[in-house]
Amino acid sequence: MKFGVVVFPGTWSDRDCGWVIDQVVGGQLQYLWHKDADLKGCDCVILPGGFAYGDYLRTGAIARFAPVMESIGEFADRGGLVWGICNGFQILCEAGLLPGALIRNSSLEFRCEWTHVMVERTDLPFTSACGERDVMRMPISHGEGSYFAEPAALSRLEQNGQVVFRYCDPNGRVVPSANPNGSLHNIAGIINKRGNVLGMMPHPERCAEAELGGADGVKLFRSVAGNAMKVLVS
Amino acid sequence: MVDDRRLREVALVPDEYRVIVEKLRRPPNAVELGMLGVLWSEHCSYKTSKALLRRLPSSGEAVLQGPGENAGAVEIGQGWAAVFKIESHNHPSAIEPYQGAATGVGGIIRDVIAMGARPIALLDSLRFGPLPGSRRHFDGVVAGIGGYGNCIGIPTVGGEVYFDECYEQNPLVNAMCVGLVRVDRLMRARAEGTGNSLMLVGADTGKDGIHGASFASVELDESSSERRPAVQVGNPFLEKCLLEACMDLGHTDAVVAVQDLGAAGLTSSVAECAGRVPGAGARIDVALVPRRERGMTPYDVMLSESQERMLVVVQRGREAEVERIFQTWDLTSAVIGDVTDDGHLTVFDGETVVARLPIDLLTDGAPLRRLAGISPEPPPSLHLDSLPPLVDAAQSLLRLLASPNLCSRRPIFRRYDHMVGDSTVVPPGGDAALLRIKGTRLGLAMTTDCNARYCHLDPNLGAQHAVAEAARNIVATGARPLAVTDCLNLANPDRPEVYWELEETIAGLAQACRALEVPIVSGNVSLYNDSEGRSPIHPTPVVGMIGVIDDYGRRLEAGLQHEGDFVLLVGSSHNDLGGSEYLKVEHGTVAGRPPGLDLAREGAVNRLILAAAKAGLLRSAHDCAEGGMLVALAECCLLGGLGVRCPALRPELPLRLDAAFFGETPARFIVSAPSRAMPELQTLSRRHHVEISLLGMAGGETVEFEGQFRLSLAEMRLAWEGGLVR
Repeated sequence: MKFGVVVFPGTWSDRDCGWVIDQVVGGQLQYLWHKDADLKGCDCVILPGGFAYGDYLRTGAIARFAPVMESIGEFADRGGLVWGICNGFQILCEAGLLPGALIRNSSLEFRCEWTHVMVERTDLPFTSACGERDVMRMPISHGEGSYFAEPAALSRLEQNGQVVFRYCDPNGRVVPSANPNGSLHNIAGIINKRGNVLGMMPHPERCAEAELGGADGVKLFRSVAGNAMKVLVS
Repeated sequence: MVDDRRLREVALVPDEYRVIVEKLRRPPNAVELGMLGVLWSEHCSYKTSKALLRRLPSSGEAVLQGPGENAGAVEIGQGWAAVFKIESHNHPSAIEPYQGAATGVGGIIRDVIAMGARPIALLDSLRFGPLPGSRRHFDGVVAGIGGYGNCIGIPTVGGEVYFDECYEQNPLVNAMCVGLVRVDRLMRARAEGTGNSLMLVGADTGKDGIHGASFASVELDESSSERRPAVQVGNPFLEKCLLEACMDLGHTDAVVAVQDLGAAGLTSSVAECAGRVPGAGARIDVALVPRRERGMTPYDVMLSESQERMLVVVQRGREAEVERIFQTWDLTSAVIGDVTDDGHLTVFDGETVVARLPIDLLTDGAPLRRLAGISPEPPPSLHLDSLPPLVDAAQSLLRLLASPNLCSRRPIFRRYDHMVGDSTVVPPGGDAALLRIKGTRLGLAMTTDCNARYCHLDPNLGAQHAVAEAARNIVATGARPLAVTDCLNLANPDRPEVYWELEETIAGLAQACRALEVPIVSGNVSLYNDSEGRSPIHPTPVVGMIGVIDDYGRRLEAGLQHEGDFVLLVGSSHNDLGGSEYLKVEHGTVAGRPPGLDLAREGAVNRLILAAAKAGLLRSAHDCAEGGMLVALAECCLLGGLGVRCPALRPELPLRLDAAFFGETPARFIVSAPSRAMPELQTLSRRHHVEISLLGMAGGETVEFEGQFRLSLAEMRLAWEGGLVR
């Protein structure tokens, strides 16, 4: 499985994702420069966290025009795996690859802290190593991570089962007090209808080793790595 | 002859002007006067403190680079060097808290980058007036630090914040950055090689921040808000690109040196870079400097403090290579001059020479000021006999836990990204932060400390305490203290009492750093933290310290870990209530002398903890500091989510109960250990001549001293976590 990690100017989780892919999971790693439209034969493209282009104007608003994004759009259309984490999720929403938007945290403050999320889909290439209704402990680190969608879009997401992660308490109860940023329906991560484009606010690459406070995130990387054979790019 | 008003504008005094004329054998022109003014400002020249600073120890086995460069550097093992420095941004933060703090962070990051190191961590030491009055400063500064650090992707892992009336008009914002570089890739900002090119890279130059360094060297007054143009505006995104481009420079040998443009902008960076090479000079042409606005004079260009700029010395003929690296990151770079061997900084505007000054006059020419210190009235003494005995330890503990100086800092550090980099193995909230060095088992511990109330009561002893506490914080993670960076924040040294404080502070720092074998490898002095008609700030010598642990798998944290572990007090307690938080919170007074400090004993206790940690005997360790043993114990419980049951505390005379609970005797730790470790701990106790006493046993959800009081963790947490939110 060859992972591509996109680097925009202002991206900073690229090296953390790269570390986990290379050192923890033992996958093949390829950094993808934003000005380069060539995806270099990657099987899964990660849009990592950061402040791409400074996030001026609006988070992800400028990044979506980068040359690499056009290729990523086509790659997704062909069924390729695209994984947006934090800023990457914001960019995917801006680019229209995922519905909805991420707006300012309800606290109006940046939040860097551990959260719990309930895994609601385990039939995806990103989550196949997770158990049914697993509670995963993952950190967030964002100022604009409150998921928002129009009521109609939101109910479509729910009806289609496109919510992958939902903020919950340590016991798996999805309650308002477990919602760190005011996301509608406690949404922490969603998938597109086809099941190949994932966006999530928590940082799995920051919790792939126990010495960093938790290793739940490694399951997602292992899921993708283990699905190498199943991915079929048409 | 210039008039006094013009001299005041550039912050020079008539005597200094006379020296300039004498050395140049002519009057300086306006551009030269401005350049000399900024470089001779206290902020750049250290003319008041330089003679005293020489007393600080700066050498040691591990030291690779001491003071005088952009940052200090020490070897930490396996070919790695840690590069670090702390710097103040007090004056700008008083006027414009968000940008002042943000650009303080940006500036210290560039200092580390200039050494060839990748910045891996930030810490911030902050002082404000009490809340809610100082809300504007507090909110702005915290947001500014987060705004910059979060965007650039360097974790903010530690620091401290205290509140006191003396900082109401003069908040302190000291930012520290730590970076990593291979020992053989460590760079020095020396303009070597006549004919080599000087390239300016990063942001275009604007009119922002002109006279910033001079402004930082005078007292604040009512017109200070008019100085807002002297405060710079930060662009962390640009600096992130600059950072990555500078890291890419490491792949080429075309670069001779990199120098940050900070206070006094182009003037100081060119002069300092040349000044480090005997006989070297530089020629620059301001017409070649990329600008962000029209109508800028040579004076403006030379003095601008626009942020996110670096000076790069490039081997002649290889400029295009370097330019390409910056272009990759969409950064502007321009050759603006070259290195000469005439010992002068010559500034052209096209064909015209607009300034020509000897480098050594700029960097080293400011006459040192030798002031006289007078010790002020001693602070009110503390008569323990007239202090009412402790009435209700539980209520006192709750009030102390809720006090703004002791309560949980989580509302602050959760606004900072402290995890990016995948290296933070001990996060903020405990004693020191600890970061792993990827690819090794090494861990790097870091902290900042200063109890300025102690320094107010006794500047010499207070400064020693700052060093000792920083060392204890490092030791509490299992790391051994290695080296120090210091930021001396004081009031106007022209007042004899303040100059005395400066002398005493430096003497105390020197003594403690020598005794604990931690050289000071970098630092900064910020004077004139006064406001008209207000009392001056306490002397606040912030100590930033780093330490190293050979295997971070052996690291310790403050929180209790296991039910049934023994909870122990290492070190012994005395009636040390002078200057304590207990005295301030419970009795409303600041009096007495700070606790006595025996540096040899500090060393012994530290060695015991490190030996026990290395042998794997301990499950947790936490330094006893402000608030004393009971507050430290409560923190161990709150951080670990585990209570403790203790027999009644019955101190032996002459130790008072209030002092046993809340006294601030140094050289003490609270540790926890499994019962099987006890025999070995007792052996260590005898070997190091350090007392270890059993406090109680970990477990449950309360803190209990049998027959004395019992408090639930929930109740304590409510007080502790609400201290800053109210």
